[in-house]
Amino acid sequence: MSEQQDLFTAVANMWKGFRVTFRQMRKPRVTTQYPKEFREKPQRFHGRHVLNRYDDGMEKCIGCELCAGVCPAKCIYVRGADNPIDDPVSPGERYGYVYEINMLRCIFCALCVEACPTEAITMTHLFEMSTTNRQDAIYTKDELLVQPDGTPNHMFDEDHLADFGELAAADGWMRATSPQGRADFSGVPGWTPSAGVGLRPAEQGQSGTEPEGEDA
Amino acid sequence: MMPIWLALAKVLLAFVVGLGVVVLLVWFERKIVSDLQNRIGPNRAGPFGILQTVADGLKLFFKEQITPSRVERFVFELAPFLAVVPALMLFLVVPIARPIEITLDGAPYLLSFAALDINVGLLFALAMSSIAVYAIVLAGWSSGSKYPLIGGVRGSAQAISYEAAMGLSMVAVVMWVTTLPGVTDMGAMSVNEIVLRQQGTFFPDLLALSWIPQWNLIPQFPAFVIFMIAIFAETNRAPFDLVEAEQEIVAGFNTEYSGMRFAMFFLAEYLNMFTMSALAVSLFLGGWGGPFLDTIDGWAATALSFGYFLFKTGLVLFLFVWVRATLPRFRYDQLMQLGWKRLIPTALLWLILTTLVVSFREFGAPWA
Repeated sequence: MSEQQDLFTAVANMWKGFRVTFRQMRKPRVTTQYPKEFREKPQRFHGRHVLNRYDDGMEKCIGCELCAGVCPAKCIYVRGADNPIDDPVSPGERYGYVYEINMLRCIFCALCVEACPTEAITMTHLFEMSTTNRQDAIYTKDELLVQPDGTPNHMFDEDHLADFGELAAADGWMRATSPQGRADFSGVPGWTPSAGVGLRPAEQGQSGTEPEGEDA
Repeated sequence: MMPIWLALAKVLLAFVVGLGVVVLLVWFERKIVSDLQNRIGPNRAGPFGILQTVADGLKLFFKEQITPSRVERFVFELAPFLAVVPALMLFLVVPIARPIEITLDGAPYLLSFAALDINVGLLFALAMSSIAVYAIVLAGWSSGSKYPLIGGVRGSAQAISYEAAMGLSMVAVVMWVTTLPGVTDMGAMSVNEIVLRQQGTFFPDLLALSWIPQWNLIPQFPAFVIFMIAIFAETNRAPFDLVEAEQEIVAGFNTEYSGMRFAMFFLAEYLNMFTMSALAVSLFLGGWGGPFLDTIDGWAATALSFGYFLFKTGLVLFLFVWVRATLPRFRYDQLMQLGWKRLIPTALLWLILTTLVVSFREFGAPWA
């Protein structure tokens, strides 16, 4: 008797399962046709690194090698050199003379972004980094550095993944005071106005700048 | 006596239809499974991805056929053919369109569209599916490694168990069709004959019910259910696909096969799927029959009947794909239990019941 009951409920449940799968045919498909369509990446997506510049075109990287020191995968190679007196590359005494990142070793943890005192290195939304040999995967400074107007290299015409407006707005302070270096952050910076991260968070009311506006 | 060229033409037609349908079937399955899973299936090769199977076939053609060193060479190389040949021969007994009157050497001749229209067609089909079991177990054993062996042994045990249920349900259908009221000659093991006897309607005199076609689905519904479950197991399709489940035993009996040999197994599986669906349609769903067939004549009617056959087989194939996308896999002991402890007793009971009804119809009441 109960065996018979179980058979009927079993068949009924199976039928419910069939209806669920059949109903999926009427719903929209979730596939993104990749080269033609892109999925929007999350705001803090850890993509490819870029070396930023200030508004006036000077490079932000001062060759301090903090990023190489903090990198858990030891994929950054930095050598600093003194700024030539009459043609300085970066504001300050030194600049990044050699700067290479081995993308095959990088684990995209963004510790280098946190460590950088001038927010010279940030991560974009670019992820198309296929190469055909190991040598090509070692990104040199030329490839990492943004162009004078703020555009990253290796872009193609319809690249949907780079926020040009954000990358071009190379204002040092805006980048330094926002999480992950976002230019469109608006809010009260959390620490006293001095260079670098890793300081104690400011106490209440200690922040040196006026509040910009509403919180981001 | 059928001339040899006609026989060859029929075989060629069956071959072309079978292989053509398999190519479309692989595409059909991938597209429908992905539709049921909210994604777009293959859509790169050709419009809507129709040429995907062709691309896969070409890829397999160009791949290297690796033969591991520990295999039994002869059996290893024989097994793919042992899978494909019975699958192709199975398809020969299925009538794909309505028989048509043609004149042959001046005499009228009823050309049936089953390439092998023998009067023991159903028995032949069962025999061919039994031979296909050899392919699985020989492929598994000859590969010389443990996962194929397990897969092969399980697959053959599964096929044998469900063959019994399949055969028993077919016997019930044959008995029913042989003794239909108004039918005088015996011998309805020919699939063509079974389809022919399903034409017409049950109640041609009652206007309200005269549309119900005389398909075996209605009087033999339990046999239909048993047959459908059995053919899922015979073709190693979900939910009975433990034999080739990638998550469990790599690829089962065809783990060590690559290139064209693997393509043969793949081809055989889909061909079996199509043929079993065609058999289900012929045995239970009226084969190539459909409305308006008696109003038109000649080759137009034959073409229409082919269309009906394809449509009905397409429905059964959609069911195959739908079940694959929905049901989880059976565990092996559940599978064997279902086959031996549930399906075979049910099939036997139904057979006894059918026998009682049929003999009642034939010989009258025993107390009369």
